[in-house]
Amino acid sequence: MKLYDGGKIIAGLIIFFFLVTFPFFLNIGKVNAKPEPKIDTPEIQKLAEKKCIESKAFMRAEHMKLLNDWRDSAVRNGERTYVNSKGKEFTISLQNTCMHCHSNKKKFCDECHTYMAVNPYCWNCHIAPKEKES
Amino acid sequence: MGAILSLCAVAALALIAFIGVSAGHLQYLFGVIIPYAALLIFITGFMYRVLKWGSSPVPFCIPTTCGQEKSLPWIKQNKIDNPSTTFGVVVRMALEVLLFRSLFRNLKTQMSEGAKLVYGEAKWLWLAGLAFHWSFLIILVRHLRFFIQQVPLPVRMIEGLDSFMQIGAPLFYMSDAVILLAVTYLFLRRVFIPQVRYISLPADYFPLFLILGIAGTGVLMRYVFKVNVVGVKEVAMGVVSLNPDPKLLEGIGVIFYIHLFLICCLFAYFPLSKLMHMGGVFLSPTRNMVNNSRMKRRVNPWNYPVHIHTYEEYENDFREKMKTAGIPVEKE
Repeated sequence: MKLYDGGKIIAGLIIFFFLVTFPFFLNIGKVNAKPEPKIDTPEIQKLAEKKCIESKAFMRAEHMKLLNDWRDSAVRNGERTYVNSKGKEFTISLQNTCMHCHSNKKKFCDECHTYMAVNPYCWNCHIAPKEKES
Repeated sequence: MGAILSLCAVAALALIAFIGVSAGHLQYLFGVIIPYAALLIFITGFMYRVLKWGSSPVPFCIPTTCGQEKSLPWIKQNKIDNPSTTFGVVVRMALEVLLFRSLFRNLKTQMSEGAKLVYGEAKWLWLAGLAFHWSFLIILVRHLRFFIQQVPLPVRMIEGLDSFMQIGAPLFYMSDAVILLAVTYLFLRRVFIPQVRYISLPADYFPLFLILGIAGTGVLMRYVFKVNVVGVKEVAMGVVSLNPDPKLLEGIGVIFYIHLFLICCLFAYFPLSKLMHMGGVFLSPTRNMVNNSRMKRRVNPWNYPVHIHTYEEYENDFREKMKTAGIPVEKE
């Protein structure tokens, strides 16, 4: 098989091959760290029943939507009470309710967010809890 | 007819993934084996097609030109639309690939007031095509966050710009809406313009529905039926490090597998289909050639030596007969 303008075509195909497969070259042979969010804060240890405001599955999938709704109801509607699926009431507050227990932002929030390159804009307005550098 | 057939085909593919994972528990097949196979088909098929095109000779100077050719010094040349240098070709090709310049020139031809032929602008196809391709590229680049441990800044910047509106949570991506609208337009155009419908084949509808299915499942997965997205990245990282972990494949929603299977179908279908225009645009002789037909001689590679019977030889053969018949001859 004779190639016409073979140099250019081979160069183009090499670029193509690299563009398609470069994630493989970046990762082959590496064991990549997986995120392990921690829920072992003192406040959570003190709790008799170690449960969040909703089920773990719900919180994992929908926490961003919940927080967005909380923002709307607290900041826009002045409504500061949340009733969960079991009828229990909670105060709508990121800093005083969520972060009261989950005071370990770095090991709880950021662990997955950094892994997934998600950059929520919570802390543009809110003050992040003070943490000891570990 | 072609549209219905294609829609059924895409629906069947989605159903295969749905049943395979939810009833058959074939997570490893759909999450690891098929993606590897699809990628292999994509890469080898793509290269095969390009090499096959590359082995076709292009003996003639056939660039399509839309401007003044380089000629006398006092005639102004259009250096991009009628390039005589490689630089001109590169600029022309870049504008073609990045902005679909030739499609921008698309015209609508109509008969008006009886027999009067009228040309009008037709930019909608160009706009929808450009919107579709660019949003697809942005979505593809955004997905790199699943395949790279430390997501590089350019990818995060594109993600940030795409979610710039900060609507809802998870943040709404503009490219999601754009791609769905653009592909819908590209489909409706085939249905509602009679001439286009006449020339549309299943091979035209199928990729549209497939991409619509991919974008649709992706949007559903992000905004409605949430899946364990951290688990998805763990699976993806396992796949690209050639060390997939079957345990991680459990517990990810079935919609992820439908999304992934449709993508695998697109990748495997790619080299067999008109989607190869991704590589083909660079190999179009009408676009990638320099118009130097008056500067450089091109010899047909199929030429073989032909014995030419000259008049002199002809006269030598028939001189006596010609003389007898009274026909003048050059040499006595």
